[in-house]
Amino acid sequence: MTIQSTLSDVGNLGLSTKVDRAAYLLGLLSLRSELPSELAGLQEIRDRAFSVVRDRAIPSTREEEWRFTDLSGLLQVQFQNSAPSEIGFPQIESFLLPESTNSRLVFVDGVYAPALSAVDDLPDGVLVGNLAAGVQLFPKLYEHLALHPGGEEIFTALNTASFTDGAIVRVSQNQAIASPIHLLFVSTQEALCHPRALVVAETGSSVTLVEEYVSLAEGAYFTNPVTEIWLGENAEVRHTRVQRDSVAAFHIGKTAVSQARDSRYDCTAVSLGGKLSRHHLEVYQTGEQTDTKLNGLTIVDGDRLGDTHSLIALSQPYGTANQVNKTIVSDRAHAVFNGKVFVPKAAQLTNAAQLSRNLLLSPKARVDTKPQLEITADNVKCAHGATVSQLEDDEVFYLQSRGIEADQARKLLTYAFAIEVIDRISVASLRHALTQLVRIQSA
Amino acid sequence: MSDVILSVKDLTAEVDGNPILKGFNLEIKAGEIHAIMGPNGSGKSTFSKILAGHPAYTVTGGEIVFQGQNLLELEPDERAKSGVFLAFQYPLEIPGVSNVDFLRVSYNAKRKHEGLDELDAFDFDEVVQSKLTLLKMDPSFLNRSVNEGFSGGEKKRNEILQMALLEPRLGILDEIDSGLDIDALKVVASSVNALKKPENATLIITHYQRLLNYITPDVVHVMAKGRILKSGGKELALELEAKGYDWVLDSQAVGA
Repeated sequence: MTIQSTLSDVGNLGLSTKVDRAAYLLGLLSLRSELPSELAGLQEIRDRAFSVVRDRAIPSTREEEWRFTDLSGLLQVQFQNSAPSEIGFPQIESFLLPESTNSRLVFVDGVYAPALSAVDDLPDGVLVGNLAAGVQLFPKLYEHLALHPGGEEIFTALNTASFTDGAIVRVSQNQAIASPIHLLFVSTQEALCHPRALVVAETGSSVTLVEEYVSLAEGAYFTNPVTEIWLGENAEVRHTRVQRDSVAAFHIGKTAVSQARDSRYDCTAVSLGGKLSRHHLEVYQTGEQTDTKLNGLTIVDGDRLGDTHSLIALSQPYGTANQVNKTIVSDRAHAVFNGKVFVPKAAQLTNAAQLSRNLLLSPKARVDTKPQLEITADNVKCAHGATVSQLEDDEVFYLQSRGIEADQARKLLTYAFAIEVIDRISVASLRHALTQLVRIQSA
Repeated sequence: MSDVILSVKDLTAEVDGNPILKGFNLEIKAGEIHAIMGPNGSGKSTFSKILAGHPAYTVTGGEIVFQGQNLLELEPDERAKSGVFLAFQYPLEIPGVSNVDFLRVSYNAKRKHEGLDELDAFDFDEVVQSKLTLLKMDPSFLNRSVNEGFSGGEKKRNEILQMALLEPRLGILDEIDSGLDIDALKVVASSVNALKKPENATLIITHYQRLLNYITPDVVHVMAKGRILKSGGKELALELEAKGYDWVLDSQAVGA
């Protein structure tokens, strides 16, 4: 008898053995479609990812990276291939951003929907389209696609082995595009999909990106997206990632970012939906004086779980990194944050700060937070902290003493905690929409 | 004779089982300004928080009647809506909530309580602008988060702005002068004077006589060890400034 089966930790392991978890993963892999001929250049990378996944299993809570995030619920759900739904504008109207009328790509259940997308009148040097078409216009995409470190991570590899199309955004040298580019991924049915996006911001360019996952279905679908972002020297990318999946859905997503010298990457990631959601956010600074700002907000209630795993890898002198990750947890929900910051010896004169702030609104709410700084450089400024708190009596009392009822005071304080993150979003219509959502969720 | 606004009789209270107030008596009438002075730890600030209903303090005996109503039966927000206002010694910061939104929610809570229509952002702006003018405050105050990054003086002025909007029957200023330089003190004091009305009353809690050079009290109380030991006119404050608190404490000891 193995140690694994003597542990009676049924909640953690479900009824799964490693064999079951490997078989399940193979099942997911078997649902993939053929690679279209346009993307034939991807075949080798795809095969490599396939062989990575084939020999592995869905991780258990025994693995350090998945200690607090139990995937056994996923194993209960079986997926089948089905054709993407035919949907029209009326169904997605509420998700459209007026700022992105002509810079929007829509994917339905992982499949590009040209009729719902709009990429007319883009400035010269800006390519926004689907991968299968984009490869004709930007053959150099193979110099970027699926080449980030961390591609061996199981769900990233599953995506790489499975995706057949995706979004491509390329902003050429010194181009600045004013309209935000909206990548909208819509789920309509209980399916598995692997959304993929590649963003290449060349030297001196500037772009605002909105990546959004929304749902027209309440079911238990599984979205496994990977977004890769490459910033050339002195480029600037403002990225808002919004996960508004169904509260029954599984969402395990990856954002991988590489920053060349003098580039600036600013990310606001908001996670509101999902029965189980996890966001891997990995930023690799590859040149001097790069600047990274990460802001995260996760709101979970019921018995849902929201997990953020981030990595900021500094590597050169004069880099800066600033991260604030917030969670609001109510009912029996569970939030997880694991934030690694690497400051190796070469990264002298850098400045890195990380803060994890967590608000627990009920006695059974739970948060596991683990800031993890590894610093070997000796001439740097690094700060980190984690707070886990309930609403302070003194704060509630202050509002009450101004005539605001206790219940309303608590809601206002919760809202305020969340809105600090939302307020950083530069796209006004999205900021307003999320403000409304947060207002409702904290009511 | 003026109406009694606040009547406190034989009040005893404790925090975490430690008695803080030990038989406290006070009566304040409409139009009056009272000052409670006393050494640190005398229970002055505790008394102000008990009036406002802070949950950390437990009243163990006595009564507080505010405008004929048993104040101790009311929740803190109900007290505020009935006309009790406490300007905090340490106003809290609320990042993420703009000052103007906070002021409007608070203002409308009171209006609703009084059976009046709530004001929309546009109408409220008119009201708040008139108060800013009265208090000579910069309108940029409104768009900042509540007290976040405010200087000590700005926080205290923001408390006075709230008081100006809510027009309480009883305004309690808990160490409104602490941490202020003389210029900021003059500004805060002149704002308090500008808000004075014959039907309202003000209670000033302070450690220092300095504030009373700018706001003239009708009655000065000396508090120590959870009780009022001595009451008098405004000259009592000057006497305290000149002689310190010890003589009051000593004379009490002799008399006892």
